[in-house]
Amino acid sequence: MEMSIAAGRLVIACHECDLLHRIHPLRDGERATCSRCGAGLWAKKRDSFEHTILLTVTSLILFVLANVFPFMTFELHGRVQTSHLSTGVVEFFDRGMWELGLLVLAASILFPALKILGMLYVLVPLEMNRRPWKAAPVFRMVAQCQTWAMMDVYLLGVIVAVIKLADLATLVPGVAIYSFGALILTLAAADSTLDPHAVWEKMEDLP
Amino acid sequence: MRSSYVTAAQASLISCHACHQLSRIPAKRTHGEAICPRCEAHIHLRKPNSLSRTWALLIAAYILYIPANLLPVMTVISFGQGEADTILSGVKELIHAGMLPIALVVFFASIVVPVTKLVVLTYLLLSVQYRSQWRPRERTVLYRITEVVGRWSMIDIFMISILIALVKLEAVATIEPGMGAISFAAVVIITMFAAMGFDPRLIWDNMKEKR
Ligand SMILES: [Zn+2]
Ligand SMILES: [Zn+2]
Repeated sequence: MEMSIAAGRLVIACHECDLLHRIHPLRDGERATCSRCGAGLWAKKRDSFEHTILLTVTSLILFVLANVFPFMTFELHGRVQTSHLSTGVVEFFDRGMWELGLLVLAASILFPALKILGMLYVLVPLEMNRRPWKAAPVFRMVAQCQTWAMMDVYLLGVIVAVIKLADLATLVPGVAIYSFGALILTLAAADSTLDPHAVWEKMEDLP
Repeated sequence: MRSSYVTAAQASLISCHACHQLSRIPAKRTHGEAICPRCEAHIHLRKPNSLSRTWALLIAAYILYIPANLLPVMTVISFGQGEADTILSGVKELIHAGMLPIALVVFFASIVVPVTKLVVLTYLLLSVQYRSQWRPRERTVLYRITEVVGRWSMIDIFMISILIALVKLEAVATIEPGMGAISFAAVVIITMFAAMGFDPRLIWDNMKEKR
């Protein structure tokens, strides 16, 4: 608990201006914001664990599809070139530009994978009232992945590339590109159903 | 402003950045850093060396921003002839091709966002250092937007990675990424770290007198 005060109130500090707030325990779907700077303090979600686990499992399946199936096919003068999600990474490494290869690998594959797996690793055992080993650092890592997993930005990059090539060649989208698009939506939904406060509290209650 | 405003720091409390848990400031300085009792993260009253760290990263980003815009981000080689593209010429090309909406998106993400981010972070640092009392709430919102929007500048880098994956027909057309792309990616990452290093609570710490 966030330091319980008499009459079941919580004390919570704003992350952005450090102001202390005494708030009543929130009901499902309620949000508390800082009265001074407007930053979000806490948003309580209904059935957070079940919804988030369901959406994350869906994301995991879509993630596998996005990585296994062809991403896009490029046709020019009868020559056909099929690419996968990871092809750009390989091409960067082949050209010796490993910095960019690593960056694209991290942003489009590694961090999304870490986020999905980390979320399941923490949430599934907690839902069954068990605290997994190293739960706290893993859940902190999940929050960090938020910034560096850039699938949404990547998809916009794909759209720009497709528009640039549209006159030049025929492009056929593959299964992976649809899975990737759906993955962005399911992961965003999982983020919106996740209630980090509930996770930390549950972790604290379990030995 | 209400007179009952009390910050966690004034109440001798440290708020954990990872899990929001409040804990008392350790009475005696123990060896090493304080640890959050709930999530085991390192906790500090304010982000350590926030100003100098953000300045250092910001200056590095300003310097790298020059090659990022002058050097080609990629070269399109078709039938043996190469044509180099910088960030700006890529946008110009989209406009000439009549693709105005997407040109605007790219212009916004690759030029407006990085420049604004550098300017805003510089302004926020100066405003804290000169103990500005002006519109703390708006400055906090400015910071919040800066932190969220930065990653969208990566569009160009991802676009190049798609292009080099698709266009590799040796005799007809290939695309070579250039050094500009590395510098540009570095600018984006460094400014993201700079934004993370800045502590918006410093804006409000200067407002104490006005309680
Ligand atoms: Zn606040
Ligand atoms: Zn903590």
